[in-house]
Amino acid sequence: MADRHPRTTAKDVALIALFAAFICVLGLTPRIALPFLPTPFTIQTLGVLLAGGVLGAHRGAWATALFLVLVAVGLPVLPGGVGGIGMLAGPTAGFLWTYPAGAWVTGMLVERWWRKLSWLRGFVAAVAGSVAVYPLGHAWIAVTTGMSATTASWSWVVYLPGDLIKSALAASVIVTMKRAYPLLDPPPAPTAPASRNEPRPAGGAKAAP
Amino acid sequence: MIALAGVYHPGSSALHRCPAGIKLFVLCVVGTTAMIVGSLPVLGAGIVLLAVGYAIARIEPRAIWRLSRALLVVVAIIAVIQALVSGLTAALVLAARLLLLVGAANLLTLTTPTSALIDVIERVLGPLRRFGVDPGQVGIAVALTLRFIPVIATQAARIREAQAARGVRSYRSFLLPLVISTVRMADGVGEALTVRGFQAGGARHG
Amino acid sequence: MIEFRSVSHRYGDRPTLQDVTLRLVERRIGVIGPNGSGKSTLARLCNGLVKPTSGTVLAEGHDTTRETAAVRRVTGFVFQDPDTQILMPTVAEDLAFSLRPLRLPAAEVARRVDAQLEAFGLVDHRDHPAHLLSGGQKQLLAIAAVLMTDPAIVLFDEPTTLLDLRNKHRVMETIVGLSQQIVVVTHDLDLLDRFDRVILIDEGRVAADGAPGETVAFYRKLILG
Repeated sequence: MADRHPRTTAKDVALIALFAAFICVLGLTPRIALPFLPTPFTIQTLGVLLAGGVLGAHRGAWATALFLVLVAVGLPVLPGGVGGIGMLAGPTAGFLWTYPAGAWVTGMLVERWWRKLSWLRGFVAAVAGSVAVYPLGHAWIAVTTGMSATTASWSWVVYLPGDLIKSALAASVIVTMKRAYPLLDPPPAPTAPASRNEPRPAGGAKAAP
Repeated sequence: MIALAGVYHPGSSALHRCPAGIKLFVLCVVGTTAMIVGSLPVLGAGIVLLAVGYAIARIEPRAIWRLSRALLVVVAIIAVIQALVSGLTAALVLAARLLLLVGAANLLTLTTPTSALIDVIERVLGPLRRFGVDPGQVGIAVALTLRFIPVIATQAARIREAQAARGVRSYRSFLLPLVISTVRMADGVGEALTVRGFQAGGARHG
Repeated sequence: MIEFRSVSHRYGDRPTLQDVTLRLVERRIGVIGPNGSGKSTLARLCNGLVKPTSGTVLAEGHDTTRETAAVRRVTGFVFQDPDTQILMPTVAEDLAFSLRPLRLPAAEVARRVDAQLEAFGLVDHRDHPAHLLSGGQKQLLAIAAVLMTDPAIVLFDEPTTLLDLRNKHRVMETIVGLSQQIVVVTHDLDLLDRFDRVILIDEGRVAADGAPGETVAFYRKLILG
């Protein structure tokens, strides 16, 4: 697996900040309150999966972490226009804290399967990212509420259906993005303009001495 | 950084003027204590103190409600479950704990401006310099993100309108154009960052 | 002054500029040409945003490939899209951002920001969110921000294309009034009367180069037959 991010470029920073903003904007869209869910269905978590699947593991994780920093400093970017440390300390905050890991997992799998990325693989990557946040999420619920770990871990029943739907959506967007605007292609061959000054033979091979 | 109004509730009380670092430290202490202590009277006293804190800070009840209502629902549900499983006392202790924890954290957010919190974060991340992290960029990254939230939100609204005009209303036909637009913007933003002398990660300019 | 010495550039297999040699010394230089002609690449070669595939570009004597920091100091670049080049939430913050690399004390930054706000008539907008500005105001802010670091040369890539007529004129007035050397890539031909020299780029080569009237006339004939 080649190192795709040898150095963070200005464009990387731009992608990270803009995607963090994107995740915030998703929190501003109206929430759907479904009767059987204690928390409304939001598409913000979908933003986390997309951060990983579109930007890759490294940038996706950073974008999500940046989003958490915005929450931490008191910006109302969580659904309902709330934010602040309180949101990061409440019983369901464990999921928030692992969002960057979720983005990373999805990104990692998408990068690994990049050359032959299908909707199905995208879906698996997205589900993996969604599920990655469960362990800490459940543990946090257990710790903050004194519930036993097993009781707390039943909350996946509540989250999984929504997560499967979101993963399906994410997969479709990720796969289309690969066609439209692939950001995870390996760096181009050395005929690209960023090379040093000497003229290079087409094909990028080193000039013969 | 006022383009997006923070949760911060402006004021000049003692709590507002207290340095952010101290407030954070106190919050950590309160939070840890709340999780350890199991006695209802002690937790109750803590909540009363907290209420006094809110009064000193002169926070409007409406602001408190806005910030807490979602969480209160969750706390209520969890408390009910706990009551059924472990009895009323356990449920009350649980509710008191969460109220104290979240209430204290919210009080901090309500009395501390965003910029002060960013300064604290940058200072806390100081030691990570040896790992190549530049804490000074936290403030820039946050500001950069803040700048583009309204831009992307406007795009989102435009896309929704276009969808409505076409009679289409799926999440997919909303998300995909928005993601594409966001990624495209990054090209321009990246160029702008470069020409304005911004150095990302390891300095690579000669 | 900007010098191009046998500069060629390609994206992958596609040549964008072929063997361009130029000495840009005049104070106001316009660059015109059809879409895809390579003029935007030319502008970006001037300040090292894009590096030549072969040949050398010198900005005030600095090699854009080897002396990036020096080139950044002496050049400024204003892009076409008003939105993506304003990077900070408020007007004053964006101006201050330009000064970040200089690491000046906060008081000095504030002083320079206030002076610039004054100079550009943006004092009333000091703490306004950037997204509430009009397209024209945003471009003026972009110009103001670029000028904060006192560049010797300012490059513009279609600065007025996305603006309405009134804002076009306002922005162009400001551009033409600058004391720095300016190189402006533009589609708005009528805004070039006060320029000293206009270069026409077509299919990666310099197709015409001279007084504005002549080059524009040549261009019209080229396009309209």
